[in-house]
Amino acid sequence: MKTKSCLNSCSRNFSQEHILYIKRLKRNNFLIRLARYMILISIIVLWELFANAGIIDPFIASSPSRIVRTIISLFESGELFKHIGYTLYETVISFMLGTVLGTLISILLWWSPSLSKILDPYLVVLNALPKIALGPILIVWVGAGVKSTIAMGVLISLVVTIITVLSGFNETGYEKQMLMKTLGATKLQTLTMVILPSSVETIVSALKISVGMSWVGVIVGEYLVSEAGLGYLIVYGGQVFKLDLVMASIVILCVLAAIMYYSVVLIEKIIKHRR
Amino acid sequence: MMEQSCVELKNIYLTYHTKHDETTAVENLSMSVAPREFVSIVGPSGCGKTTVLSMLAGTLKPSSGKVTLDGIEVTKPDDKTGYMLQSDQLLSWRTIEENIYLGLEVKHMKNEQTKAYALSLLEKYGLKEFKNHYPSELSGGMRQKVALIRTLAFSPEVLLLDEPFSALDYQTRLTLADEIHRIIRSENKTAILVTHDISEAISMSDKVFVFSKRPARVKSVHEIKLSCEDIPLSRRNAPEFSQYFESIWKEIETNEN
Repeated sequence: MKTKSCLNSCSRNFSQEHILYIKRLKRNNFLIRLARYMILISIIVLWELFANAGIIDPFIASSPSRIVRTIISLFESGELFKHIGYTLYETVISFMLGTVLGTLISILLWWSPSLSKILDPYLVVLNALPKIALGPILIVWVGAGVKSTIAMGVLISLVVTIITVLSGFNETGYEKQMLMKTLGATKLQTLTMVILPSSVETIVSALKISVGMSWVGVIVGEYLVSEAGLGYLIVYGGQVFKLDLVMASIVILCVLAAIMYYSVVLIEKIIKHRR
Repeated sequence: MMEQSCVELKNIYLTYHTKHDETTAVENLSMSVAPREFVSIVGPSGCGKTTVLSMLAGTLKPSSGKVTLDGIEVTKPDDKTGYMLQSDQLLSWRTIEENIYLGLEVKHMKNEQTKAYALSLLEKYGLKEFKNHYPSELSGGMRQKVALIRTLAFSPEVLLLDEPFSALDYQTRLTLADEIHRIIRSENKTAILVTHDISEAISMSDKVFVFSKRPARVKSVHEIKLSCEDIPLSRRNAPEFSQYFESIWKEIETNEN
């Protein structure tokens, strides 16, 4: 934080050496950024050129211009936001449910070490199990469509959240818990005054993992059974051999997932800044 | 009038159990401390000094025997005792002011009066200007002083100090020992200090209890009488200091063998 603000505006008079150092630093950052953009641009340009020249078959590999055209036509038919809306809704809901439920279950397991010990093997198996295998069961139990997609998203993000947050709780120093004990604190006081505040950072980093997991769950859920959403578009596009549609959906997915991930990072930064 | 003891341990036994073994940590230990007395407990490492302190704090129950405070048996953490740990354990997300209220909040004693008292301690001991700072902005010595004020805030009668200087560098240790000693004396508290540092024990206390190696018993009690003013740093230079040091040192050493 501090170095960054210093890069831009520092009223202090620095030595020549320091100014050179800052210059080098800025130049390095610029080069890294440049390289990043160059990779993206060259992929797009080469892809387009090869497709136009017939080196790769645009029917199979699509091309950037065809992807753009597909997105525009999806937008014009009003389909675009419908599919984005479905997927986004399912992801946000399953992400939030997964996080809230996961944190609550972690609190419960922290509260009762015996319960935690009893449930440990179940948690381990549930974590190791590819949750996708439970897809057909979810469809039968919850019903096809949005509900089973959300259920899949929750299922995948939940277990990871529980494991990450619980280990965060248990890492909170023994000494701090001892301090609370000597003050005669109740378990609830220890939880609210020490465990939860000191685990905020762990919880936020769990968010970063579970946001990705929710995306996995939701797209897989849509693959299994759905009538709308980006996962549906991808599967549908594959089935009718419209690779343009598949590629376009993936591009949109990349953008959305990145936006959501960086929102979580932003929240993390705000929280860290406040402490 | 006869001076009554305010802290008393009577025929304490404590056994630790693990899956493979049981260890007698404390065996028939008795000791008593008078009000406003500053005593230290020294002994070979791992002899159970901290265990005894935990029993006084009410966080550990003896297997048998009685721990009493003003004649009342200690069974759980009591508002009359304040425990100071090896490291300050200030909460990093709370300001200094919020940190010193922690005990008050836990004990549901936080009100205008107690808050004012805690703040007055902060002011009296020169930390008022840091009240809105976070612990990470303070030096180790200052943080430990804040930890002491956090302990004093709910007005305990007895302070239990578990090697409160061990995490600090030597220079800070000496000055902080002076300050903490002064604070405890001026607030009229009874203090029980656990330490492995013999000089620290002699320089700070009225009485030094030497514990035997495990299982812990009181091996001997030394009344410290020094011909100088009651400041730890000057006490270290008192002519009698080295004699006390030597005799306590020897006792611990013969213990080790």
